Amino acid sequence: MTLLAASEILSPLRDGWFLQNAWLAPLIPTIGFVLIILFGKRLPKKGSEVGVLSIFASLVLASGAAWQWIQRVGDAGEERFVSPVIRTWTWWQSGGMEFTIGQHVDGLTVVVLFVVAFISTLVQVYSLEYLRGDRRYTHFFAALTLFSAGMLAMVIAEDMILFLLGWEIMGLCSFMLIGHWWEDGANSRAALKAFFTVRTGDVGLLVGISVLFFAANEWTTSNLGLSGFSIRGLSAWALSGEPNSTVILVAAVALFIAAIGKSGQFPLHTWLPDAMAGPTPVSSLLHSSTMVVAGVFLVARLYPVFFTGLDILGPSSNLIMIVAAITIVIAAALAFVQTDIKRVLAYSTVSQLGYMMLGLGAGAWLPAVFHIFTHAFFKACLFLSAGSISHSASHHSFDMKKDMGGLRKHMPITFAAWTVSTLALCGVFPFSGFFSKDEIIDNVGGNGYTFFMVVGLGGAFLTAAYMTRATYLTFFGEPRGAAAGEHGDDHGSHDSHAGPHESGILITAPIAILAVLAIFSGLFNATPFGESWEYMKKWTEPRAVVVVESHSGGPGEAFLVPTAESGYGDSPCGTETPKSGVCYAPQLNHAKFKWSKALLSLAIVFVGIAISWLLSAALYGRRDPRLVGLTQRNAVARAGYRLLTNKYYLDHLYERGVVSTIAGPFARGAYWFNQRVLDGVLHGVARVSRTVANVVYRDIDQRLVDGAVNASADATKAVGTSVQPIQSGRVGHYGALLFATAAVAALVFVILNT
Amino acid sequence: MLTSQFLLLGAILFCIGVYGVIARKNAVLVLMSIELILNSVNINLLAFALRNGSADGHTFALYIIAVAAAEVGVGLAMVLLIYRNRRSIGLDELSEMRG
Amino acid sequence: MFAAELLVAQNIGFAVIALAMIVGALRVVTTNNVVHAALWLVVVLSGAAAQYVLLAAEFVAITQVLVYIGAVMVLFLFGTMLTRARIGTERDLNNTYWRLGIPVAGVLFAAMAIALASSFGDEQLPKEPRVIGVQEISDQIFGPYLLPFWALSFVLLAAIIGAIVLARKD
Repeated sequence: MTLLAASEILSPLRDGWFLQNAWLAPLIPTIGFVLIILFGKRLPKKGSEVGVLSIFASLVLASGAAWQWIQRVGDAGEERFVSPVIRTWTWWQSGGMEFTIGQHVDGLTVVVLFVVAFISTLVQVYSLEYLRGDRRYTHFFAALTLFSAGMLAMVIAEDMILFLLGWEIMGLCSFMLIGHWWEDGANSRAALKAFFTVRTGDVGLLVGISVLFFAANEWTTSNLGLSGFSIRGLSAWALSGEPNSTVILVAAVALFIAAIGKSGQFPLHTWLPDAMAGPTPVSSLLHSSTMVVAGVFLVARLYPVFFTGLDILGPSSNLIMIVAAITIVIAAALAFVQTDIKRVLAYSTVSQLGYMMLGLGAGAWLPAVFHIFTHAFFKACLFLSAGSISHSASHHSFDMKKDMGGLRKHMPITFAAWTVSTLALCGVFPFSGFFSKDEIIDNVGGNGYTFFMVVGLGGAFLTAAYMTRATYLTFFGEPRGAAAGEHGDDHGSHDSHAGPHESGILITAPIAILAVLAIFSGLFNATPFGESWEYMKKWTEPRAVVVVESHSGGPGEAFLVPTAESGYGDSPCGTETPKSGVCYAPQLNHAKFKWSKALLSLAIVFVGIAISWLLSAALYGRRDPRLVGLTQRNAVARAGYRLLTNKYYLDHLYERGVVSTIAGPFARGAYWFNQRVLDGVLHGVARVSRTVANVVYRDIDQRLVDGAVNASADATKAVGTSVQPIQSGRVGHYGALLFATAAVAALVFVILNT
Repeated sequence: MLTSQFLLLGAILFCIGVYGVIARKNAVLVLMSIELILNSVNINLLAFALRNGSADGHTFALYIIAVAAAEVGVGLAMVLLIYRNRRSIGLDELSEMRG
Repeated sequence: MFAAELLVAQNIGFAVIALAMIVGALRVVTTNNVVHAALWLVVVLSGAAAQYVLLAAEFVAITQVLVYIGAVMVLFLFGTMLTRARIGTERDLNNTYWRLGIPVAGVLFAAMAIALASSFGDEQLPKEPRVIGVQEISDQIFGPYLLPFWALSFVLLAAIIGAIVLARKD
């Protein structure tokens, strides 16, 4: 044991102003939201300036916090546990229970905080142009700002209550923004569908938080002085060897159901493509890069709970990996049959979220978080490019087959950004997606889950193929429909010059910035270039060391027990119960990067691109007669195509199927019973009964029964008439009766008791 | 002091209130009678609180005061509405609910 | 000695106040003037507040004065004035069947009196009661009785909204 080394008292780590005051990041947009709602319509820019400024302030705070966090990690050196910067305030005290609100800033927080603030800022700038002249311009910015506030609050939440609050605010804003143009029935239906589907999962969050609280509160209070809502306390509890395996399994599954709903995993992914009914900036911000990663963030944040509850790194595959693998494949396949460019991207998002979940489920925490980081940039860029196309080239249409094609000449900036982001999404070296996605696949394989690694590679092939198809349809080939200058519906377009053209600076600038990041953001954790490039690992991955708290609820950095000479290389966290201390993160493995593996996946991607390009050129470009109409001629192709266009019939299943599967066999069975059994019996019975009936009618019915019925009717009428005066309709009467009855009842009680 | 002297006072007030509810026709006076009943309950609660040395009775007495305030507010609003519609607040004239 | 004198004083106080309350309550239910009834009700409610002090419930007594005598009675007087233009003696405040109330009240009182006498007899209240402070009451309200408190908050909110909706002029 190296416990002797523990007695040295470590000096506190540096925490600057930005780390201490990271809680301002969600607060400022919240104030901004209130200001927009109250005064927005009277301001010169209709409230948009408040939104942009408040979210920009958050970006500055988030950047400062990130910078100071990096310094803090630098202070801590290689082995020491980098304790999160935690500040709490009590807002409610009841019956000895304290409810606090506060911030929990660590590496994960800082990364997601920065991503959310950064993309929110760019999307708000983009929206200035994209929604110019919209009839609910002010409300749009109010909702967008509130959304950012909710997401930032969730990210810095110290306890699950604030987490839940942020989570629900996001759900509400998502509903408001998808249904922004609610006059169109399809949009409001999509908003409702999104809201209800996500709410279905949210039940899991409530259940999970409650289960965790009741299971962990006693342990966390007595050992750490934290409540059972505290994320830090729950992490330590989950790794303490204390929790009952069934309880923590239930909690983890419940929380994962919430993550399924929010992050569009199978089988609750159906809302996400429909959510594209919202304005494109909304799709870009909420439904691709930030809000939908909330579910992934939940799993990453409470990772110890999932680690212990679902036995991650165990010998068998777990729930997260199975769901994620299904999601990756089915969503990628669905992307092939979409004609709406935003729906292609939506299914792509679902599929990529599946990768993040797969990483988390397979113990590849860091690559998954890194994929959140890179995916946010290139997917936001793709969506904004799609918005740029519809705004300036295709006349507000998103239909790739009808209204696009050949746009690369007209929109050079958009085309360049799209191409870069597509390559990043496909995972082509050296674009950012390569570094994160390949890391996930690599680590999944490295942890021994070979089957899931193959699924990941297959997903990469499909991703490359459907993105190539979308790129071809949009930017290559002959211009069609609105892209060719045709005006399908002339609704008084705001731009007088017809025909496709490049968008304005407020649209292209955010796209260009995101495209640059789509290229370079991968370098933050460029494993191929050696360990010195693994910045993200150094900064964000919580170190799996046994920590001895100096005092309960304290900063957690005064004492430290390094369990091995080699730093945190083989700490007991996650595998056995830590002695005399607590763990805040499980010990995870990191696969060694090998160029051979990377080249294999790159080859798969290039094959996907090539095949898809050839097929697309043949089918859409030359109209090759062997391919055109294949889905009508060939039975297998037709069946597959129909399955995909109907989205695996999941919507049918949810909306009608559940009822009809229950009702169908039941009805058939009832019919069979009716025809065969009952009819036979009835025919026999009918004959007998007819004879009997005649007798009965004459003698019993007419004389006996009728007489009895008439008599009872008369009696009822008489009683009714005599009681009727009681129902006088007068309150006084009723009161008198009430108290008189009470008096009689009281008398009866007194007599009975004496 | 005896326990029963307070309880008896409560009982007397309660019965007077019951009489008022039955005998009075004017809606405002009925409301006042109900206040009498509520106060008699409060006296009982506080007497038992003293007897058992517990704070529960105090808590419920406060709740009853709050409920009574709400009840009077709504009740008088209803009385005003009825008066505006029929120029009378005689409860005997309100018999639309007759069976 | 002192305690005994205090006890005597308390008993005399109780008797005087109780008498005033009973007289006041009887006048509330018999007077022919609505405003007088309201003023008699003030007497009863003030007496109740005094009884609460005797019962060592100072906080409830203060609340009684503030809420009942301060707010509720003002409401009553307003209600009276808004509904009856003339303030003065009126016939016709009683129901035709008002006599029914006397036996009902009498029977109820008899039943309760018998029950009280048989259950408590001449049991004494504690001479030196436990002091129940405001803090303890608030711990009760925001601790074990939090749920009723919330429910009550909603009742009050509903009452406010309901009163506004009902009394609006349109």
